[in-house]
Amino acid sequence: MGTLTEEIFTRRLGRPIHAGEIVVAPVDYAMAHDVTGPLAIEAFRQLEVPIWDPDRVIFVFDHILPANTVAAAGLHRQVREFAAEFGVKHVFQEGICHQLMVEKGFVRPGGIVVGADSHSTTYGALGCFSAGFGSTDIAVTFATGRTWFRVPETIRIDLRGGLPPGVFPKDLALQVIRRLGAEGANYLAVEWGGEAVEAMSVDDRLTLANLTVDFGGKAGLCEPDEHTRAYLGDAGVIDLHPVQPEYRQLVEVDAETLEPQIACPPAIDNVRDLSEVEGTHLDEVFVGSCTNGRIEDLAIVAGYFEGRQVHPGTRTIVVPASKKVYMEALARGYIQTFMEAGALVMNAGCGPCLGRQHGVLGPGERALSTSNRNYAGRMGSAQAEIYLANPAVAAASALAGEIADPRRLN
Amino acid sequence: MGRVFKFGDGISTDAIIPGRFNVTTDATALGKACFIEARPDFATTVQAGDVIVAGRNFGCGSSREHAPVAIKAAGIQAVVAQSFARIFYRNAINIGLAVVQCEAIYGAVQDGDPISVDVRSGRIDVNGKMFTGETPGPVATAIMEAGTLIDLIKTRGWAAIEEVS
Repeated sequence: MGTLTEEIFTRRLGRPIHAGEIVVAPVDYAMAHDVTGPLAIEAFRQLEVPIWDPDRVIFVFDHILPANTVAAAGLHRQVREFAAEFGVKHVFQEGICHQLMVEKGFVRPGGIVVGADSHSTTYGALGCFSAGFGSTDIAVTFATGRTWFRVPETIRIDLRGGLPPGVFPKDLALQVIRRLGAEGANYLAVEWGGEAVEAMSVDDRLTLANLTVDFGGKAGLCEPDEHTRAYLGDAGVIDLHPVQPEYRQLVEVDAETLEPQIACPPAIDNVRDLSEVEGTHLDEVFVGSCTNGRIEDLAIVAGYFEGRQVHPGTRTIVVPASKKVYMEALARGYIQTFMEAGALVMNAGCGPCLGRQHGVLGPGERALSTSNRNYAGRMGSAQAEIYLANPAVAAASALAGEIADPRRLN
Repeated sequence: MGRVFKFGDGISTDAIIPGRFNVTTDATALGKACFIEARPDFATTVQAGDVIVAGRNFGCGSSREHAPVAIKAAGIQAVVAQSFARIFYRNAINIGLAVVQCEAIYGAVQDGDPISVDVRSGRIDVNGKMFTGETPGPVATAIMEAGTLIDLIKTRGWAAIEEVS
């Protein structure tokens, strides 16, 4: 009985669990990446114990891939040496950690997964309770297979109606953030439901679950259903629903009346309608990230780029979320479309999102990104500005060299 | 007795330690880069025992533990904020950086004010006024008493947390 979160913990611990309880729970997998992994490794070594289960520890090189400095190469080497020493075989360098966690089958409905990255909330799209942690917590999980949780209360968000042209799950999430504020779900879980979510593909749900942390959420969950089953296959899909849940807060969003939403600098909750910021000059457009770097996102952008040229005054950078996404985009001709349109296509990974490897912004520059964070300094200079938008707005803006409405291009 | 370094709302981990500066696990290097762009004189002017007083949602964004490590290494004794982002709060407790949630203090202090924070009791003395921070939860208290999460788990294992849950 309870919310999706309470149901998952109840099943996992074999006793009724209610929000507010503090529990020590076993997890399915613990993930860290090339920047958080080394700190986790150093904390783990202080414990002086064997690793819990090398097959349930996952490392992904994605934040700085391939290494662009000697220091970054050192972090990678530290992770590789640890993996070799402790027999960790799941070491990947083919895309963003969150995309790989889902693609490689580590995420199952009803599961509990922890990651040393805040966007580990992404796996909730498949009905898995997943949350981001710091390196020390992950180190303790490497050693014990467990972590502690204060089981969170839940905000239920129902997304009503169908999505009008030019409006995507990104806009629904930004509208929620606009209403609830950047800490609206702090310490809370979020359930995403309603007919708009029921109609969504898993790729779209991953966008919602991903952005849950950007208004403070500990986890962002969708009920597993026929879309989940189609995505994962029958194996591992369980019957999991909220049962007489008591919610902390109910939120409804009417998708049908929404226009594209733009998170303006310098905060995720500084959200405006597209029409308010149209015409804003852009130096860079970035399409990618764990929020909007999947094949459906690239399909949207390729649709707008076909037969057109990106604005010569704007750097347009496309980064597929994973090798699998990249190769699918190749097979469908999207990569050729991007390159013929004048975009730069980079290797799968986090790309310019966090200003650490390429596509870095200089002082006074302005970017529009399909990613999830627009804090000052996120993508480079603290004097640069970042706007966050859906992939269609990104495509139209790349063509125009300024923030533009994709609905005018159809 | 330390001095107040006052910050506003929504201070992100990107502001505390930008992505380009956390390509290391060395605490000293992280401390030198703390707030390097948001407040470039921070690392060079902080003295041991100084205190950050901030508004809402301190430490929002990335889960990078480099952020509390950098603040602690810079010499900050405690961060007092109106609210903390969940992951930052937990990370700070885990590595032994004192964090105190207190709503009322924010409007009552200015940059540079002398301040003392008693982490255990949550008592804060500043400008002749006394404030009391919110009592941390039982797990946070257990970790603080041990020093760090690693200290707690190494000496007592999960039993230490199971017995307060």
